Amino acid sequence: MRPSRKRIWGSDAKSLSGRGPPVNNFLEILVVGIGNGATYAMLGLGLVVIYRSTGLLNFASGELAMFSTFIVWTFWNLGFPMWLAILGGMLGGFLIGVLVHKVAVSPLGDPHERPLAVVIVTIGLFLGLNGAAQLIWGTVDKRLDPWFGVSQITVGGVAIAWQKIGAVVVLFVMVLLLWALFKFTKVGLSMRAVASNSESSALCGVSVQNMLMLGWGMAAGIGTLAGVFSAPNLGLGTNLMQLTLVFGFAAIVLGGFDSILGAVVGGFVVGILSSVVPQYITVFEKMPLAPAFILILAVLLFRPQGLFGSKDVARV
Amino acid sequence: MSLLEVRDLRAGYGMVEVLFGLDIDVDEGELVVVLGANGSGKTTTLRAISGMVSATGSVTYKGQEVLGKRPDQLLGMGMSHVPQGRGTINALSVVDNLRVGGISRKDSEVDSDVELWLERFPRLGERRDQLAGSMSGGEQQMLAIARAFMSKPEFLLLDEPSLGLAPLVTREVFDRLRDVTADTSTSVLLVEQNANLALQFAARGYVLEAGEIVMSGPAEELQGDEAIQKAYLGI
Repeated sequence: MRPSRKRIWGSDAKSLSGRGPPVNNFLEILVVGIGNGATYAMLGLGLVVIYRSTGLLNFASGELAMFSTFIVWTFWNLGFPMWLAILGGMLGGFLIGVLVHKVAVSPLGDPHERPLAVVIVTIGLFLGLNGAAQLIWGTVDKRLDPWFGVSQITVGGVAIAWQKIGAVVVLFVMVLLLWALFKFTKVGLSMRAVASNSESSALCGVSVQNMLMLGWGMAAGIGTLAGVFSAPNLGLGTNLMQLTLVFGFAAIVLGGFDSILGAVVGGFVVGILSSVVPQYITVFEKMPLAPAFILILAVLLFRPQGLFGSKDVARV
Repeated sequence: MSLLEVRDLRAGYGMVEVLFGLDIDVDEGELVVVLGANGSGKTTTLRAISGMVSATGSVTYKGQEVLGKRPDQLLGMGMSHVPQGRGTINALSVVDNLRVGGISRKDSEVDSDVELWLERFPRLGERRDQLAGSMSGGEQQMLAIARAFMSKPEFLLLDEPSLGLAPLVTREVFDRLRDVTADTSTSVLLVEQNANLALQFAARGYVLEAGEIVMSGPAEELQGDEAIQKAYLGI
């Protein structure tokens, strides 16, 4: 039987005994954790991209992802092939991100000077996008098929769904593209410069507002993929990404707010922890978010910059 | 005709007026200094010229009215601004800072120019992959200047390079500045508090007090002036 999220989070006779599940089951749980972790990492990547360009956390990124996943569903429901629907959703997400920046964020001026105002706008967006999605697509969950189908392969007695393998592959392709963008291109360099010192970047001729706009668009486009991989498991509703957002936050806190590698490693660690821990410590079964929160707390206490994040270096 | 002609420049922040009608000229190839104490309006003068604060009056650059243009537009006309407090991009390496400096250029020689500036400022060359924020104040100031030169400016606005630097380091920064401006025949408008040093390097100077020019003239003349000696040179 394919491991489902419900079974891992819900109570289960085996784990109530207080001892761990058998080895095979453990490996299956691990696979589920890795698959979920890839999703968290995707959302985390979107958060890192926004953080890198604006220096801020975007509380609306989960809802942006949810919204553009509905766009994917709409195309798919109209009969477009899944990959084309996803491309359309990513493009839609990108445009919504750009629009959000134009309409709601850039009128506030430079986010580096008024960070709190922008953070509050992202919270407002959270509510607004959620309401808009309910208006457009209703409150009944939609069904989005898994991109990579429902079949699975068995490796060493452990069943692995192609969808999970697909999630990991897609994640790595995205990481590679982002890494190349930030490392090798003028646009990537400009985005990093704006994140660190927007005034000096402007004096060097970088268009700060364009870079911020691009950051918002890219983050929303990337988030779409997180939604596409979450929806088949969780059901596509307007609360699709709300739990995932917390896991995504945990991932980038652990990995470091500004680190692409960190988002990936953090995503996998959080994914594995939150599937495995409840199997052994039964008190967490009813509190699936607790391991993530404890992780966030511990990292912020002992290593605030995360595993791979850069410490703010400034000489005063 | 001067390269830069500032006439009746007035600027402020909100209700507070800071500049009360300045007249400043910079000729081609000249290094001109505006001296002034803290709060006299030095930084605002540069920010008004480069379009970072709104101002009234007239700023003519290369015979063209440029008041109200954005910094990136002025950069395209060859005017580069090194802000106060160095303005290095802390999270970027030395090399990346220089590459950002050349980001507005369309030619293909940006990378080779980066190497050129690393040679001209050997202390930067030794630290090419170090994050700018972790360097010493003098190194950051040199980086800020080198970065401004990456845009191939003809005219440089330089805001108090001596700020927070030890005297020896300040002298080194000024020496390097003189070399590179001479090599590249770049004109400079410098604002400084360190009158003693600045007047040794500048051709002409203005003295700014509470937003007004109270004195101007060739550097030697200002150096000899009793009031200046009392106020700025501590003699």
